[in-house]
Amino acid sequence: MAWKDFVLRVRALVFRQQTEEDLKDELQFHLDMEARKNLSRKEQDASEAARQARIKFGSIDRASEECRDQRGISTIEILIKDVRFGLRMLRKSPSFTSVAVATLALAIGANAVVFGLLNGLILRPLNVPAADSLHALEWGNEASGILSYPDYLDIRDRNRSFDGLAAYNVEQAGLDTGENPMRAWASEVSGNYFDVLRIQPHLGRLFHPSDENGKNSAPYIVLSHTYWHTRFQDDPTVVGRTVQVNKHPFTIVGVAPPGFRGTLLPLNPDFFVPLVNHEQITGEDLLDKRGRRWVFQSLGHLKPGVTPGQAVADLNSIGSYFEKTYPNEVGPTTFKLVNPALYGNFLGRPMTAFLAALMMLSGLILLAACANLGNLFAARAADRAREMALRLALGATRIRILRQLFTEAVMISVIGGAVGLWGSTMLLSALSTWNPFPRFPLTVPVGPDTNVYLFALVAALASGFLFGAVPVRQVLRTDPYEIVKSGSVVRFGRRITARDALLAVQVAICAVLVTSSMVAFRGLSRSVNSDFGFEPRGAILLDTVLDMAGYRGDAVPLMQKRMIDAMKTIPGVSAVSLVDRVALSNGSVFTTRVFDDETTDYRPANAATQTAMYSVAPDYFQTAGTTLLAGRDFTWHDDQDAGRVAIVNGEFARKVFGSSANAMGQYFKRGGGTRFQVVGIAEQGKYQSLTEDPRAVMFFPLLQAPATETSIVVRSNRDTQQVVAEMQRIMRVLDSGLPIGIETWGQKMGFALFPARVATVSLGVLGGMGALLSITGIFGMAAYSVSKRKRELGIRMAIGAAKKEVLQAALGRAFKLLAFGSAAGLVLGILATRVLAFIVYQATPRDPVVLAGVVLAMLLLGLLATWIPARRALSIDPLVLLREE
Amino acid sequence: MATDQSRLDLLQGTLDLLILRALRSEPMHGWAISERIELISQDVLQVNQGSLYPAMHRLEHRGWIDAEWGVSNGRRARFYSLTKAGRKQLEIEAENWERLTVAIGRVLRMA
Repeated sequence: MAWKDFVLRVRALVFRQQTEEDLKDELQFHLDMEARKNLSRKEQDASEAARQARIKFGSIDRASEECRDQRGISTIEILIKDVRFGLRMLRKSPSFTSVAVATLALAIGANAVVFGLLNGLILRPLNVPAADSLHALEWGNEASGILSYPDYLDIRDRNRSFDGLAAYNVEQAGLDTGENPMRAWASEVSGNYFDVLRIQPHLGRLFHPSDENGKNSAPYIVLSHTYWHTRFQDDPTVVGRTVQVNKHPFTIVGVAPPGFRGTLLPLNPDFFVPLVNHEQITGEDLLDKRGRRWVFQSLGHLKPGVTPGQAVADLNSIGSYFEKTYPNEVGPTTFKLVNPALYGNFLGRPMTAFLAALMMLSGLILLAACANLGNLFAARAADRAREMALRLALGATRIRILRQLFTEAVMISVIGGAVGLWGSTMLLSALSTWNPFPRFPLTVPVGPDTNVYLFALVAALASGFLFGAVPVRQVLRTDPYEIVKSGSVVRFGRRITARDALLAVQVAICAVLVTSSMVAFRGLSRSVNSDFGFEPRGAILLDTVLDMAGYRGDAVPLMQKRMIDAMKTIPGVSAVSLVDRVALSNGSVFTTRVFDDETTDYRPANAATQTAMYSVAPDYFQTAGTTLLAGRDFTWHDDQDAGRVAIVNGEFARKVFGSSANAMGQYFKRGGGTRFQVVGIAEQGKYQSLTEDPRAVMFFPLLQAPATETSIVVRSNRDTQQVVAEMQRIMRVLDSGLPIGIETWGQKMGFALFPARVATVSLGVLGGMGALLSITGIFGMAAYSVSKRKRELGIRMAIGAAKKEVLQAALGRAFKLLAFGSAAGLVLGILATRVLAFIVYQATPRDPVVLAGVVLAMLLLGLLATWIPARRALSIDPLVLLREE
Repeated sequence: MATDQSRLDLLQGTLDLLILRALRSEPMHGWAISERIELISQDVLQVNQGSLYPAMHRLEHRGWIDAEWGVSNGRRARFYSLTKAGRKQLEIEAENWERLTVAIGRVLRMA
């Protein structure tokens, strides 16, 4: 009856002391009873009676031991003994122990950090109840789900699959609480947003569908907990207070619960405001415009029993309704469902790919560390051959010896894992509070959690068993008779041993890492110096959002012109202009469809191309450093009364007109049927990201395409600090109530370069770790082989071998392994870096500098690792050796 | 100690049977079991006391007997009793033994 057996075993395990006592009592009782019988029967004295009882019983120890065997308690005791013995052995060789622990701590720490990132950014869902069952909408043919507001309302009301469909959008707005006005990040949300996400207020109340009664009907805001804490110092009386948002009065109705960061990771909005008040937030009245898509994402829980497949079918039927009813405004309309992950899945996909790649690489590091430790353990087992032979001869089973070795391995891995985890926890906690872009309220929620701890534990145990398994064969083959007879048996054959293979694998892994980090580095340095189609150096940007300060209608361009003119008066400034979106700044572009001049049916399928759109003031191209290949620049006369004009880039010209030469003077149309004449061709550039494919772009004159959120571009060859100070002074004079932000174009590009920088740094760190592991690995192997072959090398020297031959004998093998491993790693690295090309601009391994760099690095690494063993081999004195033997 | 030729060493595996049989009527502690076996067999069967306890522990692990602490002669003693499964096991083993002795007796007479 296995159950009873199990219960007894567990009881024996938990109440170990008690069980032992019981056994002792039971046997003692027997002996006493027996002695009493003897006493009454044979008139012996008490001690003799007890003696006889013991004789009759036989070995008490053996009986107890056999009883213990029944309950299997011995396993635990053996483990404790093994641990004690292991600790003693580890303490006896502190250098071995510290090297092993440090190696593992590094490797497991690196893995825990990468896993922590993966866990925090990808695996961990939004911080809302039942986040696992949240589904977000995306268009079937693109990685986004941006809807127009009427689209959203239709989908919300017509679908039969969602248990409420919420929507949100993120905008910047000027928030004035009576003190200094500040730019803040607002999440515009649908009335049902908090209900659908099942969020309860921390203070006051949240929005509900009943708040919405048409355009600008709900002037309420809900503060995020963080913003309430930092801006209002946890003041509970803010609820009910009226504040100015873009000069419109809004009432603070509540505070969101702590930990709720909205639904657009990693952005942490400062407050929430109803979508129906969009006009007051952005100055644009878009609630009725079916053709304008701006509602960033819609999401909700599916009704019980509805599968994602059914929901998609349901959505697609709404899609075909759209196609029939609004052929001009809505394009091919299918939908898919995604998990609302990092940055609404925009950033999610490349991020997932990158982190997965990083996870793989750090996994390789751990594997390399295991290979390294496996080698160390094998060498140690060889050194301890005599001890093992003795134990075998004394009757220990091989299983018992292996258990001992595994215990030591796992002990090291657990200690190393604990140290590594400690380090990575510190790093992750630091990362959680780090914000690389002060412009954005970003939070990277990567603080370590249970998953990370579990991961580290599993990684530690797995690696312990992995490298602990390396010397198994060696132990199983140990012949105690041979070893006790002849001291140590060390076989040096030409055969390739498992240890050699391990080392070659490790070198290969290292070469992969070195290759990829060099490729990333080269890519990064190229992208910093590459041609963007504009010149970021010497350009300073001044961001304003005029409607935050109450500018409306005609006052906007007037103020913009005043600002431009004022900036021109700064000494040393060579050109000033203005643009509505800065290229390569925050990764967003505004795109729209354009049509051939002949088109009269403006349904999306007939569009000539999808193109990005910029609104610029005169002199923009000269100020930005973009070459006008043909035609003219805009002037202030290109206003509402003049003919509609546009300047397009090469890709636009090629797509719409066939070539740049054909484009000049030609016309094209936008969705509403408005005709635009091409008056200039601008050089091709990079707009959204460095890795993008050539993108079609058109520029409109500011007065024909007004914008309230703009950046003034100031080009100057003077010291940036001085110019910035001048710019600030001028802005204070022009309008002291207008929130401004000043950055150089180069600083703004930090966002676009960020992925490449992160990739380069992380690959660099991993590459460095890989190199370190390889050095210690080769060093260990070479040093061990030199010390074992001291006698042979001494004899060789005594009979006249030259230094070169000695070195070849001692280290030839290490070098062969190094060369072989490096070559394999280089090839693998070249294959692996294809993945990198998605993140790092122009990452190509087919680059002589990279190839030479890798070869050089590996060579250097080999020299470093074998230097000391080589010195040792050469310093062998045959005479001393002979005397010692 | 002089070996008594008339006493039989226990056959392997029969110890379990004897323990189960001894416990059939009432629960008892280990020493009582060994006494009972010797008494009933009129000292013919010599129970190796040292192997009695591992055997009882084994039977307990198998779920054939239960153990419980009680008091005997004013001292704490471990009392064993037969479980339902143990009773069934006793029947099976007794029957097997019966068959075995019959078979061996037959072989001895006929051969």
